[in-house]
Amino acid sequence: MLTIKNLHALAGEKQVLKGLDLEVGAGEVHAIMGPNGSGKSTLAQVLAGREGYSVTDGSVTYKGKDLLALPPEERAREGVFLAFQYPVEIPGVNNVYLLKAGLNAIRKHRGESEMDAFEFLTLVREKMNLMQMDESFLNRGVNEGFSGGEKKRNEILQMAVLEPALALLDETDSGLDIDALRVVANGVNSLRRQDRAIVMVTHYQRLLDYIEPDKVHVLSDGKIIKSGDKSLALELEKRGYDWVKQEAAA
Amino acid sequence: MASNPQTDPTLEALVAQKYRHGFVTDIESDTVPPGLDEDVITFISRKKGEPQFMLDWRLRSYRHWLTMKEPHWAHLRIQPIDYQSISYYSAPKPKADAPKSLEEVDPKLLETYDKLGIPLHERARLAGVAVDAVFDSVSVATTFKERLHKAGVIFCSFSEAVQKYPELVEKYLGSVVPYTDNYFATLNSAVFTDGSFVFVPKGVRCPMELSTYFRINAAKTGQFERTLIVAEEGSHVSYLEGCTAPMRDENQLHAAVVELIALEGAQIKYSTVQNWYPGDENGVGGIYNFVTKRGECRGANSKISWTQVETGSAITWKYPSCILTGDNSVGEFYSVAVANNYQQADTGTKMIHIGKNTRSTIVSKGISAGHGQNAYRGLVKVLPSAINARNFTQCDSLLMGDKCGAHTFPYMEVRTPTASVEHEATTSKIGDDQLFYCLSRGISEEDAVNMIVNGFCKAVFKELPMEFAVEAQNLLAVSLEGSVG
Ligand SMILES: Nc1ncnc2c1ncn2[C@@H]1O[C@H](COP(=O)(O)OP(=O)(O)OP(=O)(O)O)[C@@H](O)[C@H]1O
Ligand SMILES: [Mg+2]
Repeated sequence: MLTIKNLHALAGEKQVLKGLDLEVGAGEVHAIMGPNGSGKSTLAQVLAGREGYSVTDGSVTYKGKDLLALPPEERAREGVFLAFQYPVEIPGVNNVYLLKAGLNAIRKHRGESEMDAFEFLTLVREKMNLMQMDESFLNRGVNEGFSGGEKKRNEILQMAVLEPALALLDETDSGLDIDALRVVANGVNSLRRQDRAIVMVTHYQRLLDYIEPDKVHVLSDGKIIKSGDKSLALELEKRGYDWVKQEAAA
Repeated sequence: MASNPQTDPTLEALVAQKYRHGFVTDIESDTVPPGLDEDVITFISRKKGEPQFMLDWRLRSYRHWLTMKEPHWAHLRIQPIDYQSISYYSAPKPKADAPKSLEEVDPKLLETYDKLGIPLHERARLAGVAVDAVFDSVSVATTFKERLHKAGVIFCSFSEAVQKYPELVEKYLGSVVPYTDNYFATLNSAVFTDGSFVFVPKGVRCPMELSTYFRINAAKTGQFERTLIVAEEGSHVSYLEGCTAPMRDENQLHAAVVELIALEGAQIKYSTVQNWYPGDENGVGGIYNFVTKRGECRGANSKISWTQVETGSAITWKYPSCILTGDNSVGEFYSVAVANNYQQADTGTKMIHIGKNTRSTIVSKGISAGHGQNAYRGLVKVLPSAINARNFTQCDSLLMGDKCGAHTFPYMEVRTPTASVEHEATTSKIGDDQLFYCLSRGISEEDAVNMIVNGFCKAVFKELPMEFAVEAQNLLAVSLEGSVG
């Protein structure tokens, strides 16, 4: 589904990604862990196509296509979804309106008909139920005045509605209380499918108790320096990152 | 993530829109040669068959105007206006005489309205909106007269009002905006050719929204519209004004006057969606729009609210104002002003508190793009008599790109210690992070910009009548994003 080879990228002027390789197959769940500032969010932004992040070398192939050649909205329509580490507030724009516009743009791209208001609301209500979100969130401005945890929940609601093929979750677990973490994790788990890949950036093993990853990677200084199964996360939790860095340097 | 400070080239391309309504209807005009003197004024008055008091008033205005100096403003760049090169009267030639129904209206005119997206038949049938469409200087079509007539509401062209209700016109004309008021209002008083007149009698709720579309058509024609709305005790009326002009190379002067009078317990809601040709991307052409709009809450417990969406004009200079004379009266001003390319918008409001417990609310949203300059200028004046007066002002500016500007000039003059006056102001750039958030959900850049800007304007749009709100959103889309193709 996703093949990243030797990816070098600048965030602004700064060389952040320095030869990153990653292979994610359909149906798989990958966790990316790593120290602050190592480039995890940069990777997510580069994959989603954010301006200001430029690729200087390497390639990204998604479903056999050159992902980097597509503008961000095309990537979204092709099924790439990014749950932001810091979801943005857009005052005055209805949460539900944004979601509907997004869904219909994606459906149109797939050659499907646009959803009418009734169908759409039925769908959103069902997903909101899943996320245990109050209906009042529908009519509020996008993330406007949402608490940190509510914003994260809203990201996963969007994922549930947009049904991406490749979901990138950037620290979706940070800022969630214990109950919310379970709800969000259940939400994500219910979205696990044979034809869908999920890449989660996280700092905490706890999330992985709920969402079991097929693979765990350590991103340090712009590269994946170690990969393993879920036991790697447990080990990192116990021992921190230094030993991995040393091992990689050796 | 930190946002990228560089201007987004695609955003700029989107902002560089083409004016959609640029075409000229080919109709033989009955136009006086350019120039202004007492003969021209007398010609206009005769042409319209006015009573003596009107002609006298015009001439008084003209003589006063000759003693006045054209105003100058720090924040507007203005080409000098040559008042002698303007033709002060232009009317489309009627087929026989004045059309008595839509069927008699010149099909070319109707076609023009269609292009502007105002199919009269459609409107008439659908919305129950009475349309007094002004084409250049003469009203050509009025619908729904009957229903209004039954309710006792008078809604007609100004010319017709002068003929049929001279005593009402004489009583209220110039009672809010005196002919000596300001350079452009005085000029208007001398040469105005037509406009709308509304009279809602005591206790009547006007059964429908009243709507007028203005349109400038003939080349080198100054437009001097005059609108007078009188709401008697306890009556309610909502009035919609919309403007759009065809493409022109010369700057055209527009100096309208709108007077509103609300008697005790009356409510007037005046909404404007203005889309005059703003000039091309280099600032050539476009309408000069100097408008005097003022309402007086003359009676206790009355209310006047102005809502405006300004997307056009090369230069807009406009301060819809409220004089809150009656105790407990309420004045409101909700505004969205867009300045794109080389447009200069200088708008705002004046709230003059005279009566006790008078309240005013001002919500102004300025959007600047390209080289556009947007200025908000507001005056809140509380006289000693206005015990317990309250004002709340909120001014927000949104910048798109880094070559545009926003300026806020709030003036307050409070002469009673019992008053409370609050002012809030914000300036923000359309965020790359907001834009990217929308893109990453599959939404196109054009739709995303539109969505964000509309969100920014929401507090004003919700004040507009339903059908206007949709139109306003479409207009914003056109002025900021350009229709592709
Ligand atoms: N636009 C930018 N301009 C300059 N530097 C940037 C920019 N964006 C990110 N950086 C820098 O790049 C490095 C990587 O940032 P990134 O956000 O990818 O880290 P991260 O691994 O997600 O960290 P965290 O765990 O704290 O979220 C940081 O040092 C950051 O300051
Ligand atoms: Mg991060």
